Amino acid sequence: MKLIIQETYAEASEWAAKYIRNRIVHFAPGPGRFFTLGLPTGSTPLGCYRKLVEYYKNGDLSFKYVKTFNMDEYVGLPRDHPESYHSFMWNNFFKHVDISAENVHILDGNAADLQAECDAFEDKIKAAGGIELFVGGIGPDGHIAFNEPGSSLVSRTRVKTLAMDTILANARFFDGDLSKVPTMALTVGVGTVMDAREVRKTTDYIFQKALL
Amino acid sequence: MPSNKSVSDAPIAQFTNCRLLRGHRLQREDLWVREGKILNPEKLFFDEKGSADVQLDCKGRILAPGFIDVQINGGFGVDFSLATDDFRSGIDLVGQKILSHGVTSFCPTLVTSPPSVYHQILPQIDVRNGGAHGAGVLGAHVEGPFISKEKKGAHPEHCIRTFEENAFQDLLATYGSLDCVRIVTLAPEIKGSSEVIRELTKRGICVSLGHSVANLSQAEEAVQHGATFITHLFNAMLPFHHRDPGIVGLLTSDKIPAGRRVFYGMISDGIHTNPAALRIAHRAHPKGMVLVTDAIAGMGLAPGRHTLGQQVVEIDGLNTYIAGTKTLSGSVATMDTCVRHFLEATGCSVETALEAASLHPAQLLGIEDRKGTLNYGSDADFLMLDDSLHVQATYIAGEEVWRRDALGM
Repeated sequence: MKLIIQETYAEASEWAAKYIRNRIVHFAPGPGRFFTLGLPTGSTPLGCYRKLVEYYKNGDLSFKYVKTFNMDEYVGLPRDHPESYHSFMWNNFFKHVDISAENVHILDGNAADLQAECDAFEDKIKAAGGIELFVGGIGPDGHIAFNEPGSSLVSRTRVKTLAMDTILANARFFDGDLSKVPTMALTVGVGTVMDAREVRKTTDYIFQKALL
Repeated sequence: MPSNKSVSDAPIAQFTNCRLLRGHRLQREDLWVREGKILNPEKLFFDEKGSADVQLDCKGRILAPGFIDVQINGGFGVDFSLATDDFRSGIDLVGQKILSHGVTSFCPTLVTSPPSVYHQILPQIDVRNGGAHGAGVLGAHVEGPFISKEKKGAHPEHCIRTFEENAFQDLLATYGSLDCVRIVTLAPEIKGSSEVIRELTKRGICVSLGHSVANLSQAEEAVQHGATFITHLFNAMLPFHHRDPGIVGLLTSDKIPAGRRVFYGMISDGIHTNPAALRIAHRAHPKGMVLVTDAIAGMGLAPGRHTLGQQVVEIDGLNTYIAGTKTLSGSVATMDTCVRHFLEATGCSVETALEAASLHPAQLLGIEDRKGTLNYGSDADFLMLDDSLHVQATYIAGEEVWRRDALGM
């Protein structure tokens, strides 16, 4: 495991975005040869998404032959709710770049059969040839996606009840009203993430930098 | 890129590189249009896996909802109060010409006239959508004849009336038909007006107070019965007095029924109202401001004499008077001029100035679900403007219906 430390959030974001850009460009995706990317949401990757959009606008990067798989999505939140991960990805990334909707995959938290939706997601990843690069964040307690510490290392995409800490942290996005915060989410498993050919995790929590 | 739209195969246009007015702010967002309506691109992306068929670069300009003029008596030689054989072509001409002023919907206005004129003209006003042929017609605004003789302004005194015994029937007989009528301006102090206001409001017709010597309580009572608009605030009404503010007092009245808003029209041409008065009204009740042109036949024409219903008026620059007098009679200002003057005189934000000519008139007429905004699902009637609010292009139902050419025409 490599550990790279940057001085500021901006530098860390740029480093991450450059890394993703270089990996995609090196891979040279084209018709029938897609670069599959696993993606996160949250405040940490915002700077990285901004840089990726900038690279697209400068003509340095295209997402035409990139397929994306997001890590997670809330259960029971309307897809067009401003706090859904669909909204996050649209507003912060998809609407600014040249990615095709059919190449975008985000778990549907309103599916009639949630576990079937999770299983189908795993199948879609397999059908896409697996994930080339999984990018994500690490939470303050070390969680990855919604896999809290102690999750099985071979876990797959599934329904998870959110930890109280997570619900409390999210309350600020729901007018501080705990009753409005989703309590469950669909998440890729630790095993799903580790299956990727490469995993890159970023965090902007200072104590994490010191401990790791 | 082939698009795979499950909802519709109609072409999708994406207007990029613009600042659009939405949520009361200018936002850096693209405007998406399909089948004449504003489209939600996020829904298109996730639900239909769709994308744009054509992208249009707006070069950083402002996109705003099309202007709505609820008081316009004519223009370009056409007088909406004159019953002619080719009246419809007059509506067509004005509707087409005002596209260049940014107006995408309007209410042809008739001044006080004899019943025969209403009977001839009103059936010839068709409520219809706009398009390449011209701005949409929302319905007629009949200003009078049930107004005050003392505040007639440019209206012909001999046609001004009070209500007969059965007030509403009298009104129906006078106009002949209410089918295409959208707004009625009347003086609420006239006996029988309460009944009339209630009946009109029941039929979804907007009642406006104007050309009146009503005091504040009479005006408030009219609002209780359903009136929601004031015709050209300050003009043709009692001046504001600190012990009886008259109709002007409605702007800060505490007797407006809950959930209701009183709107007021203002001709912000720099002539009908002193800029200080414009500012006082705006600051007292900013959400009620509705910009109107009150344009007359001479608008768009050279200075000189023109008709306004039964009268002759004289144009001299931006001033129009009853011929031989100093009585103001309508204006020759265009809607975009009014918007720019309002912006400059009040120092308000660009968003506020634009909303006074689009969102507010749409709210007045209860049509903001489809006009007056750039919200998803709304009719795609919009304008491309430069930073000083000069109209560069006009769109109705997503189609370009007017464009400023290189020579600035």
